[in-house]
Amino acid sequence: MATILFLGRLRETVGTGVLDVTLPEGVRDAESLRDWLGRDHPALREPSIRIAVNAELHPGSAPLAERDEIAFLPPVSGG
Amino acid sequence: MIRVHAEPFDAGGELAAFAARVEGAGAIASFLGLVRGESGGADVSVLELEHYPPLTERTVAAIGEDARDRFALIGFAIVHRTGALAPGEPIVFVAAAAAHRRAAFEAVDYMMDRLKTEAPFWKREHGANGSRWIEARDEDLRDRARWA
Repeated sequence: MATILFLGRLRETVGTGVLDVTLPEGVRDAESLRDWLGRDHPALREPSIRIAVNAELHPGSAPLAERDEIAFLPPVSGG
Repeated sequence: MIRVHAEPFDAGGELAAFAARVEGAGAIASFLGLVRGESGGADVSVLELEHYPPLTERTVAAIGEDARDRFALIGFAIVHRTGALAPGEPIVFVAAAAAHRRAAFEAVDYMMDRLKTEAPFWKREHGANGSRWIEARDEDLRDRARWA
């Protein structure tokens, strides 16, 4: 199982803050996960939504593993 | 030194502790951000700040370290609140210590611009008109671009 987090407004867009899922065959990296989830939740396809894998941004094409924590991050608003 | 937490902080105490910690500084500049009580003409009763702890702390620390390298700081401090805040409450405190004032002023400005546009915090305002998520404004992004 991988854990997927939806931060900020994405929690409301997706309807939950956390999903525990078994990654289907074909979902190998962060962008293919975005494509897969984007079918049900098109907002996740927005280019401004960044993805962190195990709290690292810019995961690129690194393969996802079971027990990874993958977070979808909308544009920030600190300070 | 960085801290990210839900507990309130005392800006005066933070500044005094920072000044006592940095040795050999000729200048200390600081900034205190407060929760505004209105937004777009509507009253704000609560500002809620969400974060992603492992990434937020690392990003905030990296912003401070970049400022230290870029402006040859003797030290820096960043304290950022999370959770539910009321109007008037301190939300962020940033301080920089340097040999001379210009570096200290600029480092504080730089750290704030990067916190606004890069640190993983998400703000939601609650008020009479309901709730609204806030995102970095174009102005924030232009400010950030000054340091490219």
